[in-house]
Amino acid sequence: MTAEQIIFLIVALVTLGSAFMVVTTRNLIHAAFWLVATLFGVAVVYALLNAGFLAVVQVVVYIGAIAILFIFAVMLTRKDARDQGPQTNKTWWIGALLAVGAFFGLVSLVLGWGGSSKAAAGIPSGFDAVGLLGEALTSPNAYVLPFEVASVLLLAALVGAVYVAFNRK
Amino acid sequence: MNFWNDPLKTAADWLMGVFMGWGMNEVVAHILIAFLGVFLLIMLLMVLDIFLVWIERKVVARFQDRIGPNRLGPFGLIQPFADIVKLLIKEDFTPGGADKVVYNIAPMLSMMSVLILWAIVPLAPVILSVDLNVGLLYLIAAGAIGTLSIIMAGWSSNNKFAMIGAFRQVAVMVSFEVPMLATLLIPTILSGSMGLNGIVQAQNTWFVFIAPLAALIFLIAAIAELGRAPFDLSEGESELVSGYNIEYAGMKFGMFYAGELLHAFTFGGFWAILFFGGYRFFGLEQVSPFLAVAVMVFKAMLGYWIIMWVKYTMMRIRIDHMLAFNWKFLTPLAFVLLMVVALANALLAGTPAWLYISGMFLSNVLVGWAALEVARTVSRREREKVEGVVTT
Repeated sequence: MTAEQIIFLIVALVTLGSAFMVVTTRNLIHAAFWLVATLFGVAVVYALLNAGFLAVVQVVVYIGAIAILFIFAVMLTRKDARDQGPQTNKTWWIGALLAVGAFFGLVSLVLGWGGSSKAAAGIPSGFDAVGLLGEALTSPNAYVLPFEVASVLLLAALVGAVYVAFNRK
Repeated sequence: MNFWNDPLKTAADWLMGVFMGWGMNEVVAHILIAFLGVFLLIMLLMVLDIFLVWIERKVVARFQDRIGPNRLGPFGLIQPFADIVKLLIKEDFTPGGADKVVYNIAPMLSMMSVLILWAIVPLAPVILSVDLNVGLLYLIAAGAIGTLSIIMAGWSSNNKFAMIGAFRQVAVMVSFEVPMLATLLIPTILSGSMGLNGIVQAQNTWFVFIAPLAALIFLIAAIAELGRAPFDLSEGESELVSGYNIEYAGMKFGMFYAGELLHAFTFGGFWAILFFGGYRFFGLEQVSPFLAVAVMVFKAMLGYWIIMWVKYTMMRIRIDHMLAFNWKFLTPLAFVLLMVVALANALLAGTPAWLYISGMFLSNVLVGWAALEVARTVSRREREKVEGVVTT
């Protein structure tokens, strides 16, 4: 059991534990904070895979923007953060069935892959991940069109949000 | 490779030799040495934090035409230690109805978000903790964690003023991250690297001469991120009874307060690294890494002094003025500046040094002048609208 595997196991356990707490805790704000811990665990997994840029962007976008948005939404709209009703509704067995089915499907896929017993290919020295990502996003032979379309989509969302919230005097 | 040229590597190798001699596994020894390095860095930072309290109180005193602490020890140097003892022996309570776990974690997260910033700061060409190639994004990520800690503090205190203060502070921090990101892209463009060591190495002329407006916008956004005056509406005593840290006393408040001062010093250091050449000073850093560390600390202190100067000179800005200033003036200006700097950098790429520097400097001055003209026109139009209504 190499050190990498031990670290990955610890991080995965923390992430899964936090995700479990997100859906089971009764206090909504605590659920938001457990979500922050889960997202941070995912960022650490990215860092373990040598994707440093993705790890930092995960923290900036998910924790710094999306989680803060969740927390603001909860704080500004609820008088009491605790849930009052029962934890499950009438059709909880359908959800459980689907979840177990999906779990077994994913496990069989991963076991049939065969790549989990081989060592990962080494990254060549001088591999500039961030530079290659930048080139992929702006090169006309690569993904510049989807990149620009996504920007226009975000602009449309921004304009829509301002219009909805605009206070006409 | 002796101690005076490469202190960190020499110490690490010596320690490795000692640990292997004791029969320790190599991987375990490696991890232990890493932990020792982190522990040493944090210890040095916390000791520095103590003296920052003394510096802050002396400087604010001088700005207010008085002397400051001078009773305890020569020049009041023992005063911060007395402060620490006082904070430590205070009662450690949690307010009734407060969320215990979140309440106690918030000050820890706040201090943590400042300490992790020092992992990427290059003190000398060979003295740096991690040469992260996405260092500038890491700076923003640490700011995101700081924002989270303030929300936790405000919410868990079970106190209306704390919550309002926390909301305002987080709104300001999240808003001012946008122009900060845009101005952080400018040293990236000029140096071709997001890593801080690369940015320092690329500053043969300091970036403040090539992009002065970017340095100014970064300073303004940094002061807003810190939550210091003139952007401290959320924690001004006369406004909101000290905002998100109302219900904190003793060392928990000490964590917030000292964390804020250390954060200010850290941003002074980042301002120096990004725009003032970091540890470079006309080749002095080649002589010895310790001289480079001295230069870096000196420049960080200078940046911290400028931040203090701004704090103790200017009046507080109202929250709606703050946000309007950010979204209607600073963000468009930062993005226009980014485009102009990128364009000018590409156009003037091959020209001789004097032409490049003066061209970039002039383009920055032009953008600043145009922005001020636009602001002046808009405000004149607004004033005319109001003056037509008011009857004197």
